[in-house]
Amino acid sequence: MPLVELRDLEKSYGAVKALRKLTLEIPQGSLFGLLGPNGSGKSTTLRILCTLLEPDSGEVTFAGQNVLLNSREVRRNIGYVAQEIAIDKILTGRELLQLHGDMYHLQRKYRDGRIKELIALLDMSEWIDRRSGSYSGGMRRRLDLATGLLHEPELLVLDEPTVGLDIESRSKIWSLLKTLRKEGKTILLSSHYLEEIDELSDKMAIIDSGRVIAQGSPEELKNKLGDNKVTLKVREFSTKSEGEKVKDLIKDLNGVHDLVINYSQGCSLNFFVDDSESLKLLRSKLDVEGIDIFSLSESRPSLDDVYLHATGQTLMDAELEVASKRDLKKEAKEAMK
Amino acid sequence: MTTTNSKSISSTKNQDSKILQFIQEVQALTLRLFLQLLRRPSTLVAGILQPLIWLVLFGALFENAPTDFLPGGIGYGRFLGAGIIVFTAFSGALNAGLPLMFDREFGFLNRLLVAPLQTRSSILFSAVIYIATISVLQSLAIMGAAFLLGYGWPNFLGFILVLLTLLILIFGVTSLSLGLAFALPGHIELIAVIFVVNLPLLFASTALVPISFMPAWLGWLASINPLTFAIEPIRAAYCGSLDLGSVLVHAPYGDITGYGCLFLLTVLSIGLFFIIRPLLNRKLI
Repeated sequence: MPLVELRDLEKSYGAVKALRKLTLEIPQGSLFGLLGPNGSGKSTTLRILCTLLEPDSGEVTFAGQNVLLNSREVRRNIGYVAQEIAIDKILTGRELLQLHGDMYHLQRKYRDGRIKELIALLDMSEWIDRRSGSYSGGMRRRLDLATGLLHEPELLVLDEPTVGLDIESRSKIWSLLKTLRKEGKTILLSSHYLEEIDELSDKMAIIDSGRVIAQGSPEELKNKLGDNKVTLKVREFSTKSEGEKVKDLIKDLNGVHDLVINYSQGCSLNFFVDDSESLKLLRSKLDVEGIDIFSLSESRPSLDDVYLHATGQTLMDAELEVASKRDLKKEAKEAMK
Repeated sequence: MTTTNSKSISSTKNQDSKILQFIQEVQALTLRLFLQLLRRPSTLVAGILQPLIWLVLFGALFENAPTDFLPGGIGYGRFLGAGIIVFTAFSGALNAGLPLMFDREFGFLNRLLVAPLQTRSSILFSAVIYIATISVLQSLAIMGAAFLLGYGWPNFLGFILVLLTLLILIFGVTSLSLGLAFALPGHIELIAVIFVVNLPLLFASTALVPISFMPAWLGWLASINPLTFAIEPIRAAYCGSLDLGSVLVHAPYGDITGYGCLFLLTVLSIGLFFIIRPLLNRKLI
C-alpha cells in the first residue's frame, strides 16, 4: 500500500483552477520528487496533503487514513517544511524548536534530546542560540528542516527546499536528504529545479497545470524517450518559421520520432532517432533541400527533454509563461483563507 | 541521523494525556508571547504610560467641572479611574488579534495549523493569559497612580472584583479580536475595525460620564455596551463599601445591580467565544 494516495484532487482559487483531477501515489520509503514550473499546482498539492487546505473534491489518504477526517492523527505523522520561510525573528532557533516540540506534544526529555541531535546533524550549534532574525537564508532553511524532522514524522514534506539558497547551503541540504533517503525515510519534495529532482529522487511526477503528465523514476522517464537524443540547429538562432520549415522536412523521415521545436534554444529541433541510419537519411534530405547544418549533436535525454516532450515546451518557457500570468498577491490572499 | 531507536521509544516520545497535551501547547504559546514582550519591552512601557496620561489629562480636564452630575458626589478623578482601567484592558484585548494576523500574513500561523494541536482554542487561551497579565500590570499602575492622585484604593474584595471583571471582559474581547484576525483579509482591515470600534465604545459607555448625564439615545447605547457592565462594578469597588446587590446602572430599560452587570458581561463574553470558535476551526478541525 502506498503511504500517500491522492485521487482526483480538484482545487480552484476563484476562477483559477490550481488542480485538475490530480492523482498521485507515493510509495513508502521513497524520495518522491514533484517537478513542475511555478504555478503548476505543486504547493497546492502539498498544502492539501498537510491539511492546510481543503480540496474542492477528491480524496486524500495517508497510511490508509482519510486525511480530511483524521487530520490531527495525520498532522502528527507529517513534517511539513513550507516554501515561505516563516520564523519568529525574536525567538532563538532553539526556542523555535522547543515551541515546535511542544506543539507536537513531545515529552520534554525526548524533545530536548532530539533538538541536540538535530543541532549536530545540521551543524547549527554556532548560531542556534542567536535570535533567528539574524539568520541567513541557508541557516533559516536548515532550522526549518530541523522543525520538520523534530518529531520524527513518517513523511517529510518539503516545498521547494532550496529556492534562493547559496550553493553551500544547497549542497548541505542535498546531502542531508540523501542520508535520509538511505535510511528509508519517505520524503515528498517539490521543486522546479530539474537537477534537484534528477539528483535526489527515486520516483517522480511531472505536474503541469494541475495535472500529473508523467511519472516514474527519473531513469525510466528518460529511457522512455530512447537513447539517442538529437539536437539539430540549422543556424545558431533560427526564426520560428525556419524552425517549423525544418520540422516539416524531417518529421516524416524513417526512424525520427518525438520531434519538437525548442523555442527557448534558438528554435532548435529536438528529436530521437532509432539508429544512425536515420541520421544519414536526415543529412541527405537537408542536403537536397540546400539547408546547411549549423550543429547536430547526440546526447542522452535529460529531464528537461522529458518535460519538453511531455508538454511541448521547456520548463523554463513554462515558468516564464506562468510568471507573466500570475497574480502572486491575490494567491497569497487566497492561501491565507 | 539517529533514527534507529525511534520505534522503541515511541511510548515515551509523546505526551499521552490529552489534558497534559492541552496544557503543554497553551504553555508553549504563552511563553512565546512573553518572550516577545520581554525582548520588545517598549510595548509594555507604552501600554503602562498611555493610561496614566489619560488619567492625568482627563482628570485635569474635568477637575473644575461641577460634580453634582456624578453619582454619590464623588470627585471626577475617582469617577474616571474605573473607566480608564476598563478601557485600557479593553483596548489591549481588542488588539490581541494583531500579532495573530501578522503570524497569518508571515506564514508562521501555518506552523501552528499543521501541528496536531489538541484544540485551536489554545491559541485563544494563550492570548487571554498574555493580555490578562498585561492588563493586570496596567491596572496596578493606574490604581497606584489614582491612589497617589488622592482618588482612593479599593479594599481587598474590591481588588479581587476588579481582577475578575477584567478577566471576563478580556476573555470576550480577545475572542472577538482573534476571530476577526481569522476572518478579515489582512492587517489593514483589522486595524480599520479596531480603529472604528475602540473610541466610540469608550464614548458610548459610562467611562467618562454617567448615563443620567447623557442624551436618551446615548443612554440606550451605554446601557447595552459591555464596557458599562465592566466599568460599574469596578467603580463600585472604588466607592467605599462594596455592595454588588445594589443598583449600579439606571438603564432606560430597567435597573441593573452589580451582580446583574457581571452576569450580563459573562453572558456576552462566553457568547462571543462561541460565536468565534467556528472561525478558529474553519481550516479543518
